[in-house]
Amino acid sequence: MKPAAFDYVRPDRLEDAADLLAEDGVGTKIVSGAQSLGPMLNLRLVRPGRLLDVTAIPALRTVEDAGDAVVIGACITHADIEDGRVPDAWGGMLRQLASGIAYRAVRNRGTVGGSLCHADPAADWLSILTALGAEARLYSRRGRRTVALESFVLGAFETALAADEILEAVRIPKLSGRARWGYSKSCRKAGEFAHAIGVVVDDPETGRCRAVIGATETPPILVADARGLLSGDGTVQADWVLRLLGEAGMQDPFEQQIHLVALERAGAQARL
Amino acid sequence: MFRAAAPMTRSAAQGDATPGQGVGARLLRKEDDRFLRGRGRFVGDLKLPGMREVAFARSPVAHGRILEIRIPPDLRGTVFTAKDLVGVKPIRAVSGLPGFRPSEQPALATDKVRYVGEPIAMCTGRSRAEAEDAAARIEVDFAEEPAVSDMLLGRRPDAPRLHADWPDNVYLESLVVGGESFTGLDAAVKITREFRTSRQCMSPMEGKGVLAHWDTRREQLIVETSTQMPHIIRNGFCDFLGLEQRQVRVAAPDVGGGFGHKGVLSPEELCVAWGARALGQPLRWIEDRREQLTANANCREHHYIVTAYADARGKLLALEAEASVDAGAYSAFPFTGGIEAAQIASILPGPYDFPRYRCRTWSVASNKPPILPYRGVARTGVCFAMELMLDAIAREVGREPYEIRLENLVRPEQMPFDNITNKHFDSGDYPECLRRLVAAIDIPAVRERQRLGEPDGRLIGLGLSIYNEQAAHGMSVYGAWGIPILPGYEQATARILPDGGLEIRAGIQSHGQGLETTLAQVANEILGIDPARVSVIHGDTETSPYSPGTYASRSMVMAGGAGATAGRQLVPRLATIGASLLQADPSQVRFEGGHVRSASGSVSIEAIARTWYLQPHELPADVDRGGLEVTAGYRAERDSGTFSYGAHAALVAVEPRTGEIELLRYVVVEDGGVLVNPMIVDGQIYGGVAQGIGTALYEEMRFDAAGQPLASTLADYLLPGSVEVPDVQILHMETPSPYTEFGVKGIGEGGAIGPPAAIANAVNDALRSFGVEVTSLPVTPRRVVEAIAARSSGAPQPTLSTGFERA
Ligand SMILES: Cc1cc2nc3c(=O)[nH]c(=O)nc-3n(C[C@H](O)[C@H](O)[C@H](O)COP(=O)(O)OP(=O)(O)OC[C@H]3O[C@@H](n4cnc5c(N)ncnc54)[C@H](O)[C@@H]3O)c2cc1C
Repeated sequence: MKPAAFDYVRPDRLEDAADLLAEDGVGTKIVSGAQSLGPMLNLRLVRPGRLLDVTAIPALRTVEDAGDAVVIGACITHADIEDGRVPDAWGGMLRQLASGIAYRAVRNRGTVGGSLCHADPAADWLSILTALGAEARLYSRRGRRTVALESFVLGAFETALAADEILEAVRIPKLSGRARWGYSKSCRKAGEFAHAIGVVVDDPETGRCRAVIGATETPPILVADARGLLSGDGTVQADWVLRLLGEAGMQDPFEQQIHLVALERAGAQARL
Repeated sequence: MFRAAAPMTRSAAQGDATPGQGVGARLLRKEDDRFLRGRGRFVGDLKLPGMREVAFARSPVAHGRILEIRIPPDLRGTVFTAKDLVGVKPIRAVSGLPGFRPSEQPALATDKVRYVGEPIAMCTGRSRAEAEDAAARIEVDFAEEPAVSDMLLGRRPDAPRLHADWPDNVYLESLVVGGESFTGLDAAVKITREFRTSRQCMSPMEGKGVLAHWDTRREQLIVETSTQMPHIIRNGFCDFLGLEQRQVRVAAPDVGGGFGHKGVLSPEELCVAWGARALGQPLRWIEDRREQLTANANCREHHYIVTAYADARGKLLALEAEASVDAGAYSAFPFTGGIEAAQIASILPGPYDFPRYRCRTWSVASNKPPILPYRGVARTGVCFAMELMLDAIAREVGREPYEIRLENLVRPEQMPFDNITNKHFDSGDYPECLRRLVAAIDIPAVRERQRLGEPDGRLIGLGLSIYNEQAAHGMSVYGAWGIPILPGYEQATARILPDGGLEIRAGIQSHGQGLETTLAQVANEILGIDPARVSVIHGDTETSPYSPGTYASRSMVMAGGAGATAGRQLVPRLATIGASLLQADPSQVRFEGGHVRSASGSVSIEAIARTWYLQPHELPADVDRGGLEVTAGYRAERDSGTFSYGAHAALVAVEPRTGEIELLRYVVVEDGGVLVNPMIVDGQIYGGVAQGIGTALYEEMRFDAAGQPLASTLADYLLPGSVEVPDVQILHMETPSPYTEFGVKGIGEGGAIGPPAAIANAVNDALRSFGVEVTSLPVTPRRVVEAIAARSSGAPQPTLSTGFERA
């Protein structure tokens, strides 16, 4: 399990990275924490000609308060959030959930940007940040564009990222002090990827109540207005959920059941 | 996670009598000093000048004929296929049991491949990455054939055939019948169940690794390999490479766990050894996790249909069973493709006494890697099948499961006891073991908790299991299982050095069992030498007497017995020299605490050693010319094995909607005879229980219908981690074996035997209100949910398929 040979570049300017990425005929692949790409390289599932390491670019490691949102650079690690190096604007939600991703060694290196670009439906950030209404800011020599996360992820392991684009930052709307959230992931052992994810974020201040079902074979299933989905006592409309799962192609009763329960648990947490 | 044992400090006294370091002391493990500091030396740490790394091009298909192998011209001389391996014979492990059909496992595939991952070409490079580059460029054309992906399919008459010259896919069919006739049997209770244990993959921290080179001075092949049994592996190298024994040295450096995965001569080892000699280059292969998972360390896959007959109180009247073992594509060396099924038939009755028994087994060849015996070997599956039967009987007759067991266990006054398959249980009090477990787990409190219900809606379940474990058994037992290489007598060398220190040389191989400590404790017990001054030299054909090695929980009993015997034979020699130094009559001295003592004085082992080696002119004329070195042999008074035993209890909470299972409590009562080091025994039990929890809840090596393995990384093959293993409470009993040195029994495997049965019984107890049982391992959330969902669908009852009339 050793990767095939590849070249390696590590620029420290975003513009240079974009230039390198746009070079033809090299087969360049971006790497940040290498926690997802590394195993794929080792198993020779991907064989890029060159790795473009973006972790030395200071612009990808910034955290910026943008009023009603926080913009975090793509190379912010799970551990940066877990340890509080990213100021909390979500009632402790991101900090607490970061600590439940994989194992500490993985969190030390794994980045939020890498996780979103890898677009594994079972990944935590994908569901969490979709529920929060986050947006991805993409950069290329052609310019910048901003894409809502629910449009950024097109399918399992598939994103709207063009071949020459770099995920620069993620804009995450803040939660008010009155906001409530719930998160539940079903896994068989600590640190394992989720088999089902449920997220509920309810912010009476902004009137936003969103729910996400994650770890399906599709992009996270977003219910942008989840007020009718959740009743006051924390139960969810099972029929509605099952219909959504059915639309996402999920037929297996066990799968349906654990996704339903995950959402119920998240709902119950948010209502407590 | 585990309760730490109180640490013992080691005596600083050197060479002095050191009380409390002999048999029974909770001595810290000597070897941990280097392991915990990262100073161990494993195959991965070894390097030789000019060494090349090896990777294998492996079969991507489970079954097919090789039409053509294309090797790019620039790789000639660095890549080797079967036709290069001139003089290398296929690996054959032939069971001595009648009717056994041997297989021929080529070191590299010749005309056919029989499992995904079977080695086809050995590729060498300056680095492993370069060797893998080469492997990726080998092109092979196959004519694919349908695969036998499951043992039950493999037994069908229309199944594809793995080995052309066999009439079917069965290595061995066996029948064991014991006790009275079944004719006229009239039982109030008759229950039939079908059970399955999954194929698993042994997961020692270190995979296999081998470094071989040809020593031109000695004209000797030197193989440093991560093995549990260097001497047996040497036999294999000699047989299959056509070398004389003197031309092969097999040495194990530090070995990071084995569990049976390293109790095999693998085709990779054979290739590397051949290449080192043929090319005159040191070659090294380090198994990676993917090779280990998909191609190598497979184990455990059983299927059972069992019928139990009992009276209305749950007393067993008879048991009949059919069992199949998915033994994989080849009979692995040395334990054969027949051992697991042969074991099943002979040990299914467990620790119970009942009057009628018959069991038919099939070892079935399939297009999967050969299975190897894993810690507990067939016992884990057997205990699962038997203990689930007892719980089913308990439910049927409406009694507590422990009461049914007390009804059927062999009683202490029957010991030693010859059971229905002629197993000779040496000693013990099985009912007492169970009673202590029952007291520790407080069954009434659990039943009350169940009655009240949990606030979170989960269901509480309690499960028990009890087993006995044959260990350190010798030729009579292995002969009955057909193993071609039998363990007989064991030797060890005890050598007192000029400074009074001691070497124990033994042919076993310690790969986690702490034998460098426990054998030193044995030496301390006999000779009084501080264990800190004892070196245990093991795992190397060059430095020790022959030994079958370390498996079947045999090393403490056998190497401990040999070490003690050798040490004891040194005592009169020490006494003779000591007496002469004390100017006393040899009959007037005694040896005690590392000193020879007379009425007027004493002399230490150091002084005696100094005299023997450096001042021989001071020795008496009649001194034993053998000096201070003895090689002595040992065999237990009976070689039918020691029987340690244990009872496990698991308390679980099951979420019926998701099938999530939480282990709330785990208790073990274990009787391993006299314990040389109770702390090490606790460690063995903890580790075994963790592995048993893996078998019970997590580990599953699945294959699709085409024989493709479905888990190739540890993201797909789930192992329990520290969070998943609860705090295990261990209670000890200590019934000496009447047949062994010090009364010790083998205990290395027991921890891994009990958990699947106890945990599955606990889950089934929790699901009782649904009237369903989970009967397949691992007990996954999906299996729990699907069992509940199927409760109303009235699935057909299993039946014994093949008439015993043929018997
Ligand atoms: C043992 C283990 C357990 C894990 N468990 C979990 C878990 O429970 N939950 C979970 O969510 N994750 C888990 N992960 C994944 C982990 O969180 C990864 O770190 C993460 O998915 C990828 O981040 P990375 O920085 O390592 O990305 P990399 O592996 O470096 O890259 C991943 C992909 O993203 C692309 N990429 C990276 N950065 C950019 C960028 N700025 N712009 C454009 N493309 C980019 C790469 O080209 C690549 O295709 C686990 C990983 C491991 C090894």
